[in-house]
Formats: sequence, structure tokens, C-alpha cells
Amino acid sequence: MGATSLPTVASSRTWFRIKSSESLQANIDGYLFISPWLIGLVLFTIGPMIASFVLSFAQYEILSPIVWVGAQNYREIFTSDALFWVALKNTVYYVVGSVPLRIIIALTLALALNQKFRGTRLFRTIFYLPSVTSGVAVATVWLWMFEPTYGVINNILRLLHLPTPPWLGSLDWAMPSVIVMSLIYIGPMMVIFLAGLQDVPEHLYEAAEIDGAGTWMKFWKITLPMLSPTLFFNMIMAVINSFQVFTNIYVMTRGGPANATMVYMMYLYDVAFRYVHMGYACALAWVLFVIILAVTLVQYKSSGWVYYEGRV
Amino acid sequence: MTTAQVSFLLEVRSSKLWHKATNLLVRLVWYVGLSLLGIVFLLPFFWMLSTAFKEPGQVFAYPIKWIPDPIVWRNFVDAWKVAPFTRFLQNTIIITAFCMVGEILSCSLTAFAFARIPFKGRDILFIVLLATMMLPPQVTLIPTFIIFSKLHWVNTFLPLIVPSWFARPFYVFLLRQFFLTIPTELEDAARVDGSTRLRIWWNIFIPLSKPAMATVLIFSFIAHWNDFFEPLIYLNSQSKKTLTLGLTTLRDAYSTQWHWMMAIAVLMVLPCLAIFFMFQNYFVEGITMTGTKG
Repeated sequence: MGATSLPTVASSRTWFRIKSSESLQANIDGYLFISPWLIGLVLFTIGPMIASFVLSFAQYEILSPIVWVGAQNYREIFTSDALFWVALKNTVYYVVGSVPLRIIIALTLALALNQKFRGTRLFRTIFYLPSVTSGVAVATVWLWMFEPTYGVINNILRLLHLPTPPWLGSLDWAMPSVIVMSLIYIGPMMVIFLAGLQDVPEHLYEAAEIDGAGTWMKFWKITLPMLSPTLFFNMIMAVINSFQVFTNIYVMTRGGPANATMVYMMYLYDVAFRYVHMGYACALAWVLFVIILAVTLVQYKSSGWVYYEGRV
Repeated sequence: MTTAQVSFLLEVRSSKLWHKATNLLVRLVWYVGLSLLGIVFLLPFFWMLSTAFKEPGQVFAYPIKWIPDPIVWRNFVDAWKVAPFTRFLQNTIIITAFCMVGEILSCSLTAFAFARIPFKGRDILFIVLLATMMLPPQVTLIPTFIIFSKLHWVNTFLPLIVPSWFARPFYVFLLRQFFLTIPTELEDAARVDGSTRLRIWWNIFIPLSKPAMATVLIFSFIAHWNDFFEPLIYLNSQSKKTLTLGLTTLRDAYSTQWHWMMAIAVLMVLPCLAIFFMFQNYFVEGITMTGTKG
């Protein structure tokens, strides 16, 4: 250090200038680099969000001029739109039926695959498989599997002398069928649980073993609390996604029979793109958004069961 | 029970043999349980393959014919010709390719800034980015559709491709997390040599983050290849349709020709399965990142 000159007033000033021009450059570069996202945020997220809120107070059929109707769309949704209530009820049925089962299956599989047995990789691959092929192709396959007479499911049930309901064709069984089908999409959830399990420190189990804890005790007192943030994350995301279920319903039932599987997004699709009631559809979208937001907030508020390490 | 019997049982319980036996039992239950579930998860794939190779007459056979006999390859050719599937395939490839390029470029640029450039407002904007990841897309759906229809972009590929060039929050997040792990020394050396940030991004960060890039490209491929909702609302003429729309069209026109539908389903699922088998670890890494660091 000794040989280098002490900073003079002048050199510290240039240093300051360099520093400030550098931070200016950083600001310019920063905003240039994020500009694709920032422009997209304005054009495709914030702009349309505002527009959709504004349009929800109008009647608009794209080709006709906008007619402002105040809160009438919302009034109609809540007081005289029977199909809205049907769709909402079906969606809640789907969420309540699908999410807990998916979480239980994904967690059980993750626990099983966290054992150090041979073949875990193969099983993980098999359970993840449906999740990469999701969409129209798989829904079409399930449509064929659920076929009442020649489908594979009823063929197996007949072999076992069990009742063979008409599944997607029946008022009572259509929604359970859709829920059953949704259960094979547990791949990502399972992988997230597995990662969570691998993060549980080994010394906790060792300490518990010294205290004489059995397998169950270790699961309830260590695994589950340590895994609770992961569980919470999976739950939040699964609920948000399930409220928006669409493709499977569109391919398998289009909301039928007699609206038995008419879920919210299916109804919204019909209103917007079949009947082109854009204003009304915007109001429906906002109602769904508020419902999802409220459900998510309630989950956050009641997340006292989630254990965060390091939080007193 | 006499005390002798009890002590005998206790002895058995603590013996090595007992330990081995329970261990074996646990293993057995584990394998049997997972195998049964595995069969359930593979059944749709098996049923799809089996039907795709069946003679039309055997599709509705009772009792069920599990293995097609003879194996019929013609179904694939026939199904392909029923609707313009070559065109559907072309369209899907064009859309998927343009979306992948757009997403990797725009997302890695944005991610680089969030990871490495200390600009004002970065932290707040990053929170905004994370928040938009949770935003249900329907609130923006209708105005976006109206904008594209006013631009006369409906029934073109533009509404599907253009938004991809404006970054997707999830991929930005994924790449940023990866960029944060790259040591700063390389970059510092390059800066001393007078490299611009654009050069650093292109010459250092892109080559060094191949695994993260691959993850994003894979997710992007799967998402656009399987995309259904956007093609459904934006593409309506036969010549513009994608494979997913093609399959629903086939179903509407020939609702009982399951051997055709299954043949097309096999062809649609095949690339996804191939990619999954080749790059399985990237899937696991990418998904894990969302769950644990999110």
C-alpha cells in the first residue's frame, strides 16, 4: 500500500465522477436489459388488467360500440345468472375434490421415493410421465378410457364384477371422473415434496432416534413440520391452478352433461368466445380473480401450522 | 402366556432374524404398492398405444383385446390423411420454435439485469415480477384478445408468438437464480477489459448457464407444443390450426374412430416423452427451484 499515492482532492473528484457515471450506466443498462419484460408487463399485463376492469362496467360485442352500464354486469352475475352459480359450485367441487387428494398422493409418493431402495428413479419417472404430456392428447385418451361400454375402466370393473357407471355421461359421476383424471398430474408436486424432504437435516432424525422415537413419531414431529412450508406452497399453487381448470373439461365434456361439469373457465370461455359478451366476461374474470385472491389470502392468514425454521 | 414365552418372544423381536424379516416385509410392501400405482399411471399410455395399433373392428371387441393382433400401422397413415395433419404439424413447429427463441432471449436478458446490474428500483420490480407469476391469466385475457383482433392478428400466429418475446416471469426467475450462482470474477475481468454488459451477457453468462438455458427451453417446448387455450381462441381456419386443435377437430368429426384419435395422440405425445427421457434431470431441477426457493 505504502507506495501508492494518497488520493488528492482532484483524483477523488474524478473517482466520484467515474463512480456516478458508472451508476448512471448501470441504470441505463438495467432498464434496457429488462425492457422486454417491462414493456410486456405494461402491454400484456397491467394495461389489459385495467382495460378489463373498465370493460367490466360495459356491454361490448367487439363489432358494436361500447355501452356503459355501470355495475349492471356484476348485479346480473350475483342476482340473476343461474349458470354463474352452477359454474362456481362445480369449480369449488373440483377444487375441494382434487387438491387434497393430489397433495396426499404426491406426498405419499415422495415419502416412498425418499427411501434408499433400488428403482426409485424408475418409479419417479413413471409418476412424472403424465405431467409432461398433459393436455389435449391425454384428455382424449381418458375420454376413451371412460367410454361406458368399450372403455378400459369399465372393462376392468366388469371383470371384477363391480358396477359400471357411464362416468362422463352421468350427472353424478361426470365430476368425480374429471377429478380422478386430475390425480395423475402430480409429477411437479411430487418432485417439490422430494426436494423438501431432502432438505430435512439428518441430525434431527438421529437425535429423535436416540430419544427412542419410532417411525410414526418421527413423521409427525419432524418430517411434517419441516415439510410444512413446501406443503403450504404446493397447496397455494394447486388451489390457484385448479380454480382455472379448462382443457380437460373442454376436451372431455365441454361442461356437460346438463352443465354437470360446467366449471368457471368453461363458462367464461362460452360467454366471451361463443356469445362474444366481452364486458360481461370481463366482469366474470374479475369475480374469479377476487375469489382466487380471497381464497389465497385466507390460506395465508390461517397458515399458523406452517413451521418456518429460524422464526420464533 | 408364561413368562418364559414372553421372554422368548422378546428375544425373537430383538434378534437379527426378526429385524431382517421386517426389513424384507417393508421392502415387499414398498415394491408391490409402488408397482400397482405405477401400473395405474401407465395404463393410459398402454391403452393409447394398444388402441392406436388395433384393427378398427377390434377397438370395440368384447372381451377387451389388450394386445392388438395383428398390429396395424395403417391407422397412423389414415389418421394423418383424414385432416391436414402435415400442415398442423408445420404450424405447431413454427409457433413452438419462435416462442422458444423469443423466450430464451428476452428472459435471459431480463434475468441478467435482475441478477447482475445494480439499477434503481430493481428490488421492487423483482417483487412485481414474482407477483405476476401468481396472477391468474383470465383478468388480462379479454382485452388482450380485443387488442389482437383490432390489430387483425386473429387467425395469424402473431398473438401466440409475440407475447413470448416479452419475457415470461417464471423463466426469468429460474434464470436469475442460476445467474446468481456464477462467480463475479470472470465478469470483473471482462469489465476491466472494457467489455459492455451486452458482451458479458452473451460471451460469459449464456455459455456458462447451459443447464438453466436447457431447462427453460425444455419447459418452453412442452408448454407451447401442448398449448391449447391460445390456439383455440386465436386460430380458427383449418390451415392455421395446431396439432392440439387438429386432434379436437378429429374428435368432433369422427367421434367413434378411436384408433385414429389414439394414433394422433401417440404422435403428439412422442416428442414430449423423448425430451423427458433425455433431459429428465433438467425437469427435476427446474421444478425444484420453483418449490424451494420461491
